[in-house]
Amino acid sequence: MDFALAPEELALRDAASKFAREIIRPKAAAFDASGAFPEAILRQAWELGLTNLTIPDSVGGNGIGHLAQAIIAEEISWGCSGIGSSMTAIDLGLLPIVLHGTQEQKERLLKPFLKSFRLACFGLTEPGAGSDAAGIKSSAVREGDFYILNGQKQWITNGGVSELASVFATTDAAKGRSGIICLAIEGNPPGLTRGHHEDKMGQRASNTTTLTFENVRVPVANRIGAEGEGFMVAMNTLDNSRPLTAMFAVGIARAAMEHAIAYAKERMQFDKPIATFQAIQFLLADMATDIEAARLLCLKAAWQLSRNERSTQTSSHAKRFAADMAMRVTTDAVQVFGGNGYSKDYPVEKLMRDAKLVQIYEGTSQIQRLVIARELLRP
Amino acid sequence: MGNVLVVVEANPDGSLRKATLNALGAAGAIVKRTGGQIHAVVVAVDARPLAQAVAPYAVSVVYTASGPSFEHGLAEGVTPAVVAAVRAAKADFVVGAATAFGRDVLPRVAGKLQAAMASEVLSIEGTGSDFTFTKPLWAGAVIGTVKLSSPIVVLSVRPTEFQAPAAGSAGEIRELQLEAPAPMRTRFLDFKQVLSTRPSLTEARVVVSGGRGTKGDFQPIEALADALGAAIGASRAVCDAGWQPNDLQVGQTGKVVAPQLYIAVGISGAIQHVAGMKGSKTIVAINKDPDAPIFTVADYGLVGDLFTLIPELTAAIEASK
Amino acid sequence: MALKILVTAKRVEDSESKIRVNAQGTGIVTEGLRYKLNPFDEIAIEEALRLVAKHGGEVVAVSVGSKDVHEQLRQALAMGASRAIWVNQVGPLDQLAIARCLAKIAEKEKPDLAILGKQSIDGDQGQVGPYLAEMLDWPQATFASKEDSLESQAEKSKTPALQLSTDGKEITVVREVDGGLQTIACTLPAVVTTELRLNLPRYASLPGIMKAKSKTIEEFTPATLGVDATPAITLLKVAAPPERKAGIKVPDVAALVDKLRNEAKVI
Repeated sequence: MDFALAPEELALRDAASKFAREIIRPKAAAFDASGAFPEAILRQAWELGLTNLTIPDSVGGNGIGHLAQAIIAEEISWGCSGIGSSMTAIDLGLLPIVLHGTQEQKERLLKPFLKSFRLACFGLTEPGAGSDAAGIKSSAVREGDFYILNGQKQWITNGGVSELASVFATTDAAKGRSGIICLAIEGNPPGLTRGHHEDKMGQRASNTTTLTFENVRVPVANRIGAEGEGFMVAMNTLDNSRPLTAMFAVGIARAAMEHAIAYAKERMQFDKPIATFQAIQFLLADMATDIEAARLLCLKAAWQLSRNERSTQTSSHAKRFAADMAMRVTTDAVQVFGGNGYSKDYPVEKLMRDAKLVQIYEGTSQIQRLVIARELLRP
Repeated sequence: MGNVLVVVEANPDGSLRKATLNALGAAGAIVKRTGGQIHAVVVAVDARPLAQAVAPYAVSVVYTASGPSFEHGLAEGVTPAVVAAVRAAKADFVVGAATAFGRDVLPRVAGKLQAAMASEVLSIEGTGSDFTFTKPLWAGAVIGTVKLSSPIVVLSVRPTEFQAPAAGSAGEIRELQLEAPAPMRTRFLDFKQVLSTRPSLTEARVVVSGGRGTKGDFQPIEALADALGAAIGASRAVCDAGWQPNDLQVGQTGKVVAPQLYIAVGISGAIQHVAGMKGSKTIVAINKDPDAPIFTVADYGLVGDLFTLIPELTAAIEASK
Repeated sequence: MALKILVTAKRVEDSESKIRVNAQGTGIVTEGLRYKLNPFDEIAIEEALRLVAKHGGEVVAVSVGSKDVHEQLRQALAMGASRAIWVNQVGPLDQLAIARCLAKIAEKEKPDLAILGKQSIDGDQGQVGPYLAEMLDWPQATFASKEDSLESQAEKSKTPALQLSTDGKEITVVREVDGGLQTIACTLPAVVTTELRLNLPRYASLPGIMKAKSKTIEEFTPATLGVDATPAITLLKVAAPPERKAGIKVPDVAALVDKLRNEAKVI
C-alpha cells in the first residue's frame, strides 16, 4: 500500500494545476455567464497535451496512466468543470476506439487527434434512453460496405463541435443489448444534423447538443468491435471514464471548500471572523473529510484500472459518493457565504450548479447504486 | 582599520546621484563603530568633477579612475578600478547604493574580492565592531539579520533607509594608479532614456501610482501628478501589459520608493507592490473594491471610481494652490 | 552555429505560500509550504530554449541543493532542456559557494552562454550572475529585458529577445537600468541575467513531462567539483517586517484633502 505519487505524477498534477489556475479559472465565470464555447482554452490545453490523455503510446500518445489521468481531472475541474467536461468528452469519444478498435482503426482515427486540435464526442443517450442505455432506438442497417444510420442522440457533450463521434445504434431492436453496435462517425456526413446548444443550469461552458442522423452512411470499417459488442464497448468506456467523472466532483468540491475557508476567515460577524464559530468550523471539517474520502475512492478505482482489474464496483462507489458529496459540499459552501453565496458576484453558486450535473451524467447516482447492489448481490 | 569604500554613481547627465549620499550615510554608520575612514571611488571617463562633488560628504579620500573604458558604467570595465580602490583604501567594507548600477557592479566586485555580500541592506546593527546587517527576504515578507564572515564584505544598501550626511570640508582627491585596462568584451550600443519632466520616481516627495484599475488610461493620474509636482509610478500589471514603461514599476522587483506621500490609484495591493512602497510616510489608496488589500496599508482610503475621484481630487488640489 | 547554454533552476518557496517567521525567529515556517522553480530562472530557461530553437544547440539546467531540487530540474527538462546537472548539497549555501559550483560546471561544460535569473525570490540577493561572470572572467549583461511588451506579436511568436550576431560571436542584450533601457553587446562566452519582462515562460507540456523522465540528471557535489561550500553568510535571525497598520477610510475627496493637509501635513 503506497499513497505516495510518483515524481512524474506530481509534475503532471502541477502542470494541470497551473493551467487550471492561470488559464481556466480566470475565464470560468465569463464562460459560465455567456455559455460560449471556450475554443481557445481547449486549443491551448491540446497544445500542452492536457487532452487526448487516453490515447495509448502505441499510437503516439503520451502514455499518461490512469492515476495521472484522475489527478489531472481533479485539477482541471477545480478550474472549471464546464471547460473540463469539453476536454474529457474528447477522451470519452475516443475511448471506444482506444479500448476496442483494431490497430488500423487506432492509427486512422486516433492519430489525427495528436496531429491537430480536434474534438470528439460520445453518443449513447437518446431522448427515450437515458439510464436505460440498452433501450436505444437509433438503428443501423447494413447495406454492403456501409451501415445506414437513423435516430437521435441527446445531451451530447461536444455534439456541436466534434469531428469524431462514437455513436451507438441497434441492428436489431428485438435483440436488446446484444443488437447494439458502435460506429465512429467522421466529420459531417450528409444526413447528420447538430442541434442547438442546450441552455444548461451548470457546466455551461461545455457544448451540449443533440445529434440527428437521417440515412447517414457509415463505412463498416468504422464499426468499433464486432456486431453485438456495442453495449459492452459502451460499458467498458464508461467503466474507464467513471473515475475521471468522479474526480470532477472532487475538483468542484475542493474549489468550493477553498472559497468557503477563505471567506470564513475574512467575513466578520459579531466582531469576529465567522471561521471562529463552531457552526462554520463543522461545515468546513465535514467538507474536508468528504473530499478526502471521495478522492481516495477515485484513486482506488483508477489504480484498479491501471492494474487491469475489474473496477466496476469501486468506480461506481467513487462516482456515486463523489457526485453526492460535491452537491453537499457546494450547497454548504453557499451556506457559509450566506446571502453573498446566493449571488452571482461570488463564485460558489456556480459550483453548486456545476455539481448537480455530476449526479446526473455518465450514470446517475441512482444507477450507480443499482450497479453497486448488483455487484453485491451477485450469486 | 575598518575603512569603508563607497562606490560613487553618476546620473545620466554626469551629476552626482543622490543615492550615493545615502550609501555614504550607511558608511558613516559603519565607521562610527570601527573608527575607520570613509573613502570613495569615482570611476568615469573624467572622474574629477564627480570626485569634487562627493568630496565634501565626510569622505577622507576620493579615489578617481578616468578613462574611456569607464564610459556608461559597464561592470566589466568598472570592476578592476573599484577593486584597485579597495586595495588603495585598505577597505574592509565596500558599500554602494542598491540601484541598477550598484546591483550590476557590486556583486562583480565582490566576486573579484571573493567577498561575501549582503544586498538591499536596510540597517547596520550588532555590538561594537561585531556587525550584522538586516535585509529583506522573500520579497520583504520577512526581514533577515545576516552576518558576513569574509575578510572583506560588500554591501548594497537601500537608499531610502539611510540618511545622507551633511556636507563639510572636502576630502582629498587621489588618482588611482591602474594597470592598462584589458580589452573590453562588453560594447555599449544604445541608451533609451525614459524622458520625464517630472521628478525621478525614487527621489520624489510625492508619488502617484496607477494599477490595473486604470485600464491603461493614465491621463487622470498624470493630471494629478502634475498638480502635486509628483512622480508617476505603476504596478507590475500595468508595466507587464505595456501600458507604462517598465521603468515606472514600483515594487519589490521594481523601484522601492519612500516618499512623503504615496497615492495608489486602482492598485489592489499585491504583496510585491506593497514591499516597494510601504516605507512611504503617508499612503493614500483609491480603489473601487472596498476589500482590496491596499487598504490594509493605507493611512487614508477612499472607495470609488478613480475616473470620477481623481479628477475631483486634482481639481481640489489645484483650487487650494 | 549551435549554442550551448547553461541555465539555473533554483528551488524556492512559492510566492503564493504564506511566508511566516517561525517561533524561534531563526527562519521561516516550512510546514505546508509549496515550492517552485524560481520565476526569474524560469524566464532564463525560456530565453535559452528560444535561442536554441532559433540557432540550434542545447540547454543544460543546473541546480544546487538537496535531492528535492530534482523537481525543478525535471521542470526545466519538461520545458525542453536537454539534460540536467545536480550539485548535491544539503544544508545552508551562500551565493559565493553557488557561484563557485556553477563556475566549475561552466569550466567542464564550456557553454557559450550562461543565463540566470537576476535574483531568486527567497534570498533576494541578486549576486550569482555577476559573481559567476567575474569568476569565469566573462562579460556580463544583467537585467536582460526587451522593448516589446509581453503582449506584443514578437512575444506571441516566441522570438528570442537576445540577439546573436551573424558570426555567432556576440550577443546583444537590452538591459533594464535606472532611467531607461540600455543596449549592450557581449562577446561570447558571457553571463546574462534575466528581468521579469524578458519573456513569458512556456508551460511544461504533458509530453514534455513524460519525456523528461528519460533525460539524465548528472550528479556532483561541491567536493567532487573541488569547491569549498562553507558559507560566509550566516542568517542569524528573521523577523516580521514592521507592520503598517491600516488607517481609516474617508467618505469623499474633500475629507481626504482635509486629512492630507491638516493631519498628515503632506500637501
